[in-house]
Amino acid sequence: MVNHHPHFLFYGSGMEKITLASQLLQYLITGLTVGSIYAMVAVGFNIIYNVTEIINFAQGEFVMLGGLIMVFFHVTLGLPLILAFPATILLVTLAGVLLDRLAIRPIRQPSVLTLIIATIAASILIKGAAMFIWGKDPYDLPAFSGRNPINVLGAVIQPQYFWVIGFLIIIVIALSIFFDRTIIGKAMSACADNADAASLVGIDVKRMILLSFALSAGIGAVAGITVTPISLMEYDRGVMLAVKGFGAAILGGLGSFPGAILGGLIIGSIESFGAGLISSGYKDAFALIVLMVVLFFKPSGIFGDIEISRIKRF
Amino acid sequence: MDSVQKENILDVQKVAMVFGGLMALSNLNFQVKQGSIKAIIGPNGAGKTTLFNIITGSFPPTEGRVRFKGQSIEHLKAHQIADRGISRTFQTIELFDNMTVLENVMLGCHTRVRASFMASGFLLPQSRRKEKEIQDRAMKILKFIGMGDKFNDPADSLPLGEQKMLEIGRALASEPELICLDEPAAGLNETETHLASSLIKAINAKGVTVLLVEHDMKVVMNISDEIVVLNYGQKIAEGSPEDIRNNQRVVEAYLGSEA
Amino acid sequence: MLRIGKLPITIFAVLIIIFPWIADHISAIDHYPDIMVFAGIYCLIAMGLSLLMGYAGQISIGHAAFYGIGAYVSAILTVRYGLNPWTGMLAGMVVAAVVALLVGAPSLKLKGHYLAMATLAFGIIVYIIFNEETEWTGGPDGMSGIPGLSIFGFGFDSVEKYYYLVWGIVFIVFIFTINVIQSGTGRALRAIHSSEPAASAMGVDISRFKVIVFVYSAMLASLAGSLYAHYLNFINPSTFDLFFSIKLLIMIALGGMHSIWGAVIGSGLITFLSYEWLHYFGEFEVIVYGAILLLVTIFLPHGLVGVPGIVKGWLRR
Repeated sequence: MVNHHPHFLFYGSGMEKITLASQLLQYLITGLTVGSIYAMVAVGFNIIYNVTEIINFAQGEFVMLGGLIMVFFHVTLGLPLILAFPATILLVTLAGVLLDRLAIRPIRQPSVLTLIIATIAASILIKGAAMFIWGKDPYDLPAFSGRNPINVLGAVIQPQYFWVIGFLIIIVIALSIFFDRTIIGKAMSACADNADAASLVGIDVKRMILLSFALSAGIGAVAGITVTPISLMEYDRGVMLAVKGFGAAILGGLGSFPGAILGGLIIGSIESFGAGLISSGYKDAFALIVLMVVLFFKPSGIFGDIEISRIKRF
Repeated sequence: MDSVQKENILDVQKVAMVFGGLMALSNLNFQVKQGSIKAIIGPNGAGKTTLFNIITGSFPPTEGRVRFKGQSIEHLKAHQIADRGISRTFQTIELFDNMTVLENVMLGCHTRVRASFMASGFLLPQSRRKEKEIQDRAMKILKFIGMGDKFNDPADSLPLGEQKMLEIGRALASEPELICLDEPAAGLNETETHLASSLIKAINAKGVTVLLVEHDMKVVMNISDEIVVLNYGQKIAEGSPEDIRNNQRVVEAYLGSEA
Repeated sequence: MLRIGKLPITIFAVLIIIFPWIADHISAIDHYPDIMVFAGIYCLIAMGLSLLMGYAGQISIGHAAFYGIGAYVSAILTVRYGLNPWTGMLAGMVVAAVVALLVGAPSLKLKGHYLAMATLAFGIIVYIIFNEETEWTGGPDGMSGIPGLSIFGFGFDSVEKYYYLVWGIVFIVFIFTINVIQSGTGRALRAIHSSEPAASAMGVDISRFKVIVFVYSAMLASLAGSLYAHYLNFINPSTFDLFFSIKLLIMIALGGMHSIWGAVIGSGLITFLSYEWLHYFGEFEVIVYGAILLLVTIFLPHGLVGVPGIVKGWLRR
């Protein structure tokens, strides 16, 4: 499981001297980009966690599926971006629904342990299926708006980076509207607060759970689609994404959306600076170390409530 | 009643408890005399179980001190408090349902007798000896509470009344100086309640101080030496059963809560 | 958790002893003793994990790390420093114990998902270290030339001899673990599993017990890793990856978490699945494992060990 992935490519034209400042800026923007992916994964975790208190270990697989299925629609079948994008999201959302239906619902005596194991099992199955379909090779996607690098204050940035960050912003806005302004969204928030009370007022909790998985899967898919043109995608990327995404969620405070965004961006940046300045072999370890440090010293994270993290069942 | 001034075995001083903006207890002061039976009563939500949880170490108070035999214990964890000699039962029964009746009581001996991990693994003679000692102590207690013949039954197969007795038996196994009973008569019928009261008096007769939370007024009036009344997290009265029975504030508190 | 009788243990011992003789006479299974060496090695780890998960109620998705620590400490001390393998084995267990203490003490205060993630992260970090610290560990290419084991000149240099060595150790650990389960310590663990507030109230120092079991399970995994290294005489990091940690989980879930026999059965079955029965699936054995784990979680939450109980329940109706 060693990270063979090519680092985010950046092209420097031979003429420019890359100053330390622009080098650091490079790391920062790379960090924010990869951090956006982690943020999206973390948001997915939070949506499911808020409604069900389950941590979905298979969250990273949605990202992987997003990338690979997009490759199928856009490259293999040749569908234009505008069709392939929603088609991919739809299919991955379906995968999320299946996850809920086949792995979570059938469990008769749900406990922390069994739910953890169920989502781990699901992630192995999804990964195995992906290996069966696509093999072990990494796949590439054409960038949405080409690969001509943009020069920002001496740092050389791929346009795709901005697509990633842009989609994060879109997702944040869309989710805010969804949870605050739409009836379904408010129903989901109600379930998150108090499932018993929610069902008493007529909210179908099971359907909300299904919806939370579907929504998380969809967001994961967006992450996968937007990041593949940058760092390719292969069948086993899901686990590290899930773990780092979880780190982001915990850092920001489990259940908190602003926390997920902030946590993701911070972890992405730490990883990017760590890999650039300290050691690229240990790139993956940085996020994991942050995760462990947070868990050991402040499990409630940045925005989390200490009381809540003590009282919450899990 | 003995008029010799007894030591205060438990001293609650200015205890306050705040839960996220809600003041569950405020400025609570009372003492428990060694060898006595003291009851804490009050309407639902008055803070009785919170007080219990603080005394037995589930969490520390936001303010105040709890002294046991003169030493501060409010910052200690539950298992440390058990080591000091305070034991408890639970309002909702917390028996070990994966064990037999006997094993539940044997676990109660944990603070007094235990063998190390290594000694147990290698089945050293000292660990075998200790296990036998634990078993004997537990059987004695089961006989004392009248459940000797059920020692091998699964703990969760007992009817409610016996489960509550078993919890008391388990709490006795650590040879506590102070035993805290959380609603020992809750959910019991008349016969069972009578048995529970007798058991509590018998325990007290052996020299164990009893602190109990209870709603059943007959039990409270029958067995308590002293009563503390809580309402909305504050002490509103303290005294003998006679005093409390005639206390206007207490009557109002209960009537008010029923309105 | 019922008393574990002398009869099943005796049968177990007898089966272990005569198995190689049987296998020798049936050519179709004459390579089985080799597989059984691995089964024994995995059984050691599984017993510790079973105590941790089934009795202390904790989860670890990073135990491959301790397996690897044992293997690498043994390898490094014998290959680079020429130490006696048995000393190396002991050293590995000490290192594993210290690491388990350092990681376990803060982790075991965490509940459920948090603990799972902490152990997951820990396991991956150790795996990365194995891959990156090439000077010590040989990196992704691994380390070879690890000596075999011998005692007083008697070398465990054949499959059969190693089989008896490993299963002898398994048996000793098995008895030790059963003794612990049936003692006051086992009772305290069961109490913790049943009701932490009540266990605390009765004087059980929950954190301390969880850490003790975690350290014990880490030491067993390390022992297994050392035995593995001295058997194959070669190790590389890919053996100690996340997937192995998950395989361990599958062994426990399949066999049954709440019984030491579950560890034995689960590890045995998964070993044979890995080395024998799933061979022609090739790399897609992953899908089979995932399916097994999911089906067991949904339909057999108490593992195979719980099947007699389920059957009894049907027959009663």
